[in-house]
Amino acid sequence: MGTDEVIRRLQTVFHEVFDDDAITLQDTTTAADIDGWDSVANIRLMVSIEEAFHLRFDVGEFQDYRNVGDLVTAIARRAG
Amino acid sequence: MIDAALLSWLPRPPEGFRVRCTATDTTAPRGAALRALAGYALGANQLHRLARSVAQAVEDGAAAPLQGFTLGLVSNATTDFIVPALVASALRYGIALRVAAAPFGMTLQAALDAASEPLASRPDAILLALDYRAYFPEYALEDDASARLDAALARLGDLVTAFSRGSGAAILVQTIAAPPERLFGSFDRDQSGTAAWLAASFNQRLSNEILRPGVSFLDVEALASQVGLAAWFDRSQHMAARLPFAHRFVPLYAEHAARLIGAIRGRGRKVLVLDLDNTLWGGVIGDDGIEGIRLGQGDPRGEAHLDLQRAALALKRRGILLAIASKNDEAVARRAIREHPEMLLREDDFSAMQINWSDKASNLEALAERLSLGIDSFVFLDDNPAERAQVRLSLPEVLVPELPSDPADYAAVLLAAGGFEAVAFSDEDRQRADQYAANSRRESLATHARDLAGFLESLQMHAIFTADGVLGWSRFTQLINKSNQFNLTTRRYTEARIADLVAAPDVLTLQVRLVDRFGDNGMICSVIACPRDDAWMLDTWVMSCRVLGRRVEEAVLNEIIRRARAAGVARLIGLYRPTPRNALVRNHYRTLGFVLDGEEDDAERWVLDVATYRSSVGPIVSEISPAA
Repeated sequence: MGTDEVIRRLQTVFHEVFDDDAITLQDTTTAADIDGWDSVANIRLMVSIEEAFHLRFDVGEFQDYRNVGDLVTAIARRAG
Repeated sequence: MIDAALLSWLPRPPEGFRVRCTATDTTAPRGAALRALAGYALGANQLHRLARSVAQAVEDGAAAPLQGFTLGLVSNATTDFIVPALVASALRYGIALRVAAAPFGMTLQAALDAASEPLASRPDAILLALDYRAYFPEYALEDDASARLDAALARLGDLVTAFSRGSGAAILVQTIAAPPERLFGSFDRDQSGTAAWLAASFNQRLSNEILRPGVSFLDVEALASQVGLAAWFDRSQHMAARLPFAHRFVPLYAEHAARLIGAIRGRGRKVLVLDLDNTLWGGVIGDDGIEGIRLGQGDPRGEAHLDLQRAALALKRRGILLAIASKNDEAVARRAIREHPEMLLREDDFSAMQINWSDKASNLEALAERLSLGIDSFVFLDDNPAERAQVRLSLPEVLVPELPSDPADYAAVLLAAGGFEAVAFSDEDRQRADQYAANSRRESLATHARDLAGFLESLQMHAIFTADGVLGWSRFTQLINKSNQFNLTTRRYTEARIADLVAAPDVLTLQVRLVDRFGDNGMICSVIACPRDDAWMLDTWVMSCRVLGRRVEEAVLNEIIRRARAAGVARLIGLYRPTPRNALVRNHYRTLGFVLDGEEDDAERWVLDVATYRSSVGPIVSEISPAA
């Protein structure tokens, strides 16, 4: 899966999790940029991404990503 | 098989679910719209979104007609994920839920401190969401297994006692699932001190040592087994965020907790309405004929429909009324029910039938009228998606399980849909279906009797009164919580609270049974009278609609007056608080000779002077039990 496709689908997941269709993801986007992205929402986000992309993060892996760019790279690698 | 984690008995949510939530947020009152939004198989994110709308509605004072309910929540794990899911799921049971959660891990402190969140919130119920890890170590092989077990049960017992004493709330206790990893293998089950042994022993002892009136189970062990222990326990998520079970089961867990709350609030349903063609049997009777429909052993498809009949019959045995709504020629359909050799359900098993060419919603309404039951006590099972849609649209109060295409799963879906959740099973439940059948016989007698008075006389009715009886609490409470139509104040009580009222020396709790020549109708009326100055205030007066129109009310009033005189009470005060459901009793107090005295708490206040009241002579003989 190309990174453009990953970002497009990831954005839809973010819209659902944070109930905000105005979110536009950049590689540099971090938790600080999005309203309501706390530690609880982070788990909902992780699980929602796992479901949407049919993949599973290793324990602690998701929490280690610094920004959306890291995340997109990881998903693109996993989702093939 | 059905996927319980996806709540597959509910229809899939529509596109633009969040937009619908947002659109609802500005309407008033919006309780019914929110409830409709909850009627889908929602995922965790959607439940989270809907919970915000509930909070908003409560804040705006726009939650009507939802009932408020406060749940105290105590857990040894993270509760952040289940709280919004609980709030949204409770909508399915007509409840605007508020959750007061204790801080992470503060179980015992919360129980002992009246200022703690769960207690200070004056909860209607407290959920002790404790799992295996609250009691026992991972990979257990405990030398002192019995002592460990005793200590765990003692700890839970202390919590239950402390919380119920501090609040009078209903207490919900969880059974525990053991993590699936085995140290020996199959031998673990028999080796004391292993996780499997500890969990099984713990669950077994819960019934005897913890369960009592006012305490109910949330059977988490059953949920975990249903979806599979290996899936239920997600070690990665527990390590990452202390989730007690895999996040994907949050909607399922919340739905089951909400059901239990609904059952405590008397929201359990009472009637199962079945379609015939391709539901109760395979094929179309009008086209295929008795020989052509598929039912019974030897034909896999026939077995599937027989299996549904078996499940329906089992529900009837636990007090659920069965009825039919079918588009068919009545004579043809009835003949099949009567004569098909493989039919398990026969005409006698159904309390009412509507077999004609009218639409299903109209027929369900007709059934509700025939049975004198609210339409919101109905579950409707039909293989036809169009019929289901029509009923959902016209009668949103009816629970309409979403049936899969495979009839092999019909029974499983019906039972998984949970409309009949209950926290007690009484002798009255056991006999209810038969009582309704006897009622139809009484009705046919009514058409033959020359006049109403003569008919009532011919019933040879005896009302049996028990005051402050310690037996029968369960039914007494159930009647109060389930009655919507003949209910003057629509106040709901937990069993624990009723126990307190029964024990209070100055409060009268009156249980009324009615026996007639067709049999025992069971406990059909509950009254609670509390002292107020020189009067008795009729806090609660509910009656089963099965005995409407039989002048039971007069007999009950006569008995209350008799006791009021003995207690030196000067007046009776009756309240009538109108709801969308209880117009039936609008003139209850007027008819009984009470005089309108004003208003309080959105209710009409009616009074009756005890000294000057002249008891009427009715068709019912009164008996006091135990005999005075």
